[in-house]
Amino acid sequence: MTTAITLDDIECLAVGAWILGTGGGGSPYLGLLNMRRLYAAGHRVALMSPFDLADDDRVAVVSNMGAPLVGQERLADSRNIARAVAMQEEYSGHRFRAVMSLEIGGGNGIQPLMAAAHLGLPVVDADTMGRAYPEAQMTSVAVGDLVPYPCALYDPRGIEAIVGKVPSWKWMERASRKICVEMGSIASTCKAPRSGAEVKEWGIPFTVSKAIGIGRRVREANRQHADPIAAILDEAHGKRLFGGKVVDVARRTTEGFLRGRAVIEGLDEDRGSRLEIAFQNEWVVAWRANGADLAPVAMSPDLICVLDTVSGHAFGTETIRYGMRATVVALPAPPVFLTPKGLEHVGPRAFGYDLDFKSVFAPHPGPLPASGEREGPAKREGEGHRP
Amino acid sequence: MRRIGIDVGGTNTDAVLLEDGRVVHSVKTPTTEDVTDGIVAALDLLRSHPAVGQGPIDAVVIGTTHFVNAVVQRRGLSRIAAIRLGLPTGASLPPFCDWPPDLAGLVEGAVFMLRGGHDYDGREIMPLDEDGLRQAARAIRDSGLRAVAIAAVFSPLDPSHEERACAIVRAECPQAAITLSHELGRIGLLERENAALLNAALSDLADATIAGLRAAIAAGGITAPLYLTQNDGTVMSAEAAAHLPVMSFAAGATNSMRGAAFLSGLAEAMVVDVGGTSTDVGQLRHGFPREANSVVAIGEVRTLFRMPDLLSIALGGGSIVEAAPLRLGPASVGYRLTREALVFGGDTLTASDAAVRAGVVAIGDPAKVAQMPRTLAETVLDRARALIEDAIDRMKTEAGAVPLIAVGGGAFLVPDRLAGVSQVIRVPHGDCANAVGAAIAQISGETDQVYREMSRDDAIAAAEAQAIARAVAAGADPASLATVDVEDMPLAYLPGNALRVRVRVAGELRGPPGPPR
Repeated sequence: MTTAITLDDIECLAVGAWILGTGGGGSPYLGLLNMRRLYAAGHRVALMSPFDLADDDRVAVVSNMGAPLVGQERLADSRNIARAVAMQEEYSGHRFRAVMSLEIGGGNGIQPLMAAAHLGLPVVDADTMGRAYPEAQMTSVAVGDLVPYPCALYDPRGIEAIVGKVPSWKWMERASRKICVEMGSIASTCKAPRSGAEVKEWGIPFTVSKAIGIGRRVREANRQHADPIAAILDEAHGKRLFGGKVVDVARRTTEGFLRGRAVIEGLDEDRGSRLEIAFQNEWVVAWRANGADLAPVAMSPDLICVLDTVSGHAFGTETIRYGMRATVVALPAPPVFLTPKGLEHVGPRAFGYDLDFKSVFAPHPGPLPASGEREGPAKREGEGHRP
Repeated sequence: MRRIGIDVGGTNTDAVLLEDGRVVHSVKTPTTEDVTDGIVAALDLLRSHPAVGQGPIDAVVIGTTHFVNAVVQRRGLSRIAAIRLGLPTGASLPPFCDWPPDLAGLVEGAVFMLRGGHDYDGREIMPLDEDGLRQAARAIRDSGLRAVAIAAVFSPLDPSHEERACAIVRAECPQAAITLSHELGRIGLLERENAALLNAALSDLADATIAGLRAAIAAGGITAPLYLTQNDGTVMSAEAAAHLPVMSFAAGATNSMRGAAFLSGLAEAMVVDVGGTSTDVGQLRHGFPREANSVVAIGEVRTLFRMPDLLSIALGGGSIVEAAPLRLGPASVGYRLTREALVFGGDTLTASDAAVRAGVVAIGDPAKVAQMPRTLAETVLDRARALIEDAIDRMKTEAGAVPLIAVGGGAFLVPDRLAGVSQVIRVPHGDCANAVGAAIAQISGETDQVYREMSRDDAIAAAEAQAIARAVAAGADPASLATVDVEDMPLAYLPGNALRVRVRVAGELRGPPGPPR
């Protein structure tokens, strides 16, 4: 059973995916442009629940991999990601039932729609991060120790590569990264295929509709001159952490990541204190300072989203700068990342911070409601890999 | 050195004469439908002043919003051909793909997408499709299109494919106006290509306008060379301006800031330019406005090129005041201020009336506002102060108190004490700061490139050398060149310690031919 995705849904998805990008993931703008053109040409895409997959269905997991700067020049062509999916089918000899995003946060939130439009397949309402993350092992499927291969990489010059077998997710990262660099530091990729059973057990459900829902509430609030932040908190069961003005941003690039720290000085109810947020492509840990006292208030895998106080749209770690009026909110992490194994992959220590994970949110009393109220960290494949 | 600076704004045409770095005289006249009439009138008025005399003029520098208005108002635009070099990449997003349909309908004549372009590391994406280019050039010639925009992937790093394509098109279409995207700057193909498309669309209007400006100064009996100011506060020759009209899109605001720097002698300061309807707030860095490094929409087209980073708020001398509950703006009487404001005998309560009642400025007839409660006037000024303070705070890039220069016809709305400001500076001729900024404009060169396997210092030095070469090619005196802006950004996910470096240098125009002064 599938639901039609309207073009308005996709406009909302672009806004919501950027917010779930938690500062990284690359802008969804080029993907949105592709979808507008595909819809104008008569293409349509449908969304299906992961729980409607048969256990032996095969699902293509897609992402655009590479440097955002290269994407700004070589753009995004919807046929490339469709070709990467077809390569996997040719390699395995099996057809895919549906397409799914590796990473809902940022530009990769729209990639599966681009593939699906050409292939006539539905998009699974799920991903493997629930957000954007910088490294290959920061996915729910890596936490689940699922098979990391094969991976198909495509360059529209007709360069097609399959990484057929690797001993670990880390090796997949290293091997595929080398190929990606030769392709011009950008590649359309179709990751290790997943079975319907695997998606149901390890996928992070309902993240596409969650992104659409967040985006819709932001756009509605903007139209009605209502408070978009309140709308996001209501829609995504989030918690407001801080509001103020960006007073300092320090960036450096190490090991292929954009790392740094942003400082926000409180305004209104937060006047007199400040919030410091460390990032590695995405926002990772936030500390609140009252005088000399610095205490962590939010950390991965909880999502830390830095939003424009007025519009509710996301600020990226690459573009945030002094003077911006920002409201920082936390959204709940997907449960898969809250286990000891999950925290090994995406907890604060995975980013080099010697902190015990403490959630902004109370522990979940039981199984999640089917609305998919939390997103977990997802690894950002396209943007997140180091060279 | 005697230079005339002219700023053609939406409301007023201002002109100043600058002699050896001193403002001799400034005038304001209404802008006219045909902008050249207003310029002729301003020149006549300026030269009728005894202090100006009839001595020779070395240069005339004009800043105008004419071209950006043409895009916004969709008038005077030409139908063009677009050539994209980058296949097989980006094929699904052709030129014009994110333009508003009404504007694309006016401008889009033909689109050609061909193999070519480069990768970030300098390798060709594909060899340039020269046969395809020749066919495209013949099709353009046969279709009668006279303007062409050419954009290649990563052309800011390697312009050779755009240059070769230009030569091929030129061979078939010798009269065509050809815009190459790398001349306009930045990394970001769609936005850079959009700037090139807009530029090509303005080519006929630019030719006609520059010819009109030349005729206007000739009619004033002036034979000096003509320059136009561009977005970054430097000038280009009239020939260059006819070729790259988009480079003047934000010249008016930039000129105000440059004029403020000159008149105050400060190179590092905030500037508040209060007009009749709006107030621009910006920051001077090394005497130039800080630049926006983000997408700027012009007439709903996304572009990315040199623009000052400005915050405009709806506050001006003509802002309309409502007493209960108190509202200040955003509506304004605008250019009708001298008819509609109370102090000028009108019946609309404006911010200027409040300022007169509070005694901060003496314009019009103060008796006409004597009935206004003084507390209301002070509340209005308090509101204006709060708006200005908030805008300053948004635009400042450091936490401490900084000096602030208040210019523009409504500068009296800026109080002497402001939060986050060490000192409010007011300058003579501040109401014509924009024309002063035009008169003093320097000439610049800029580069924006990715460097790999180089130390940061070496990469910046290489970028500076290229920027200097470009400035000299544009007409700068090499000895006067100084670096005004360096920005470097490490690039995540690219191998080889990739560093993107942007450098801008500026200096004096090489002197006009003739005896040195």
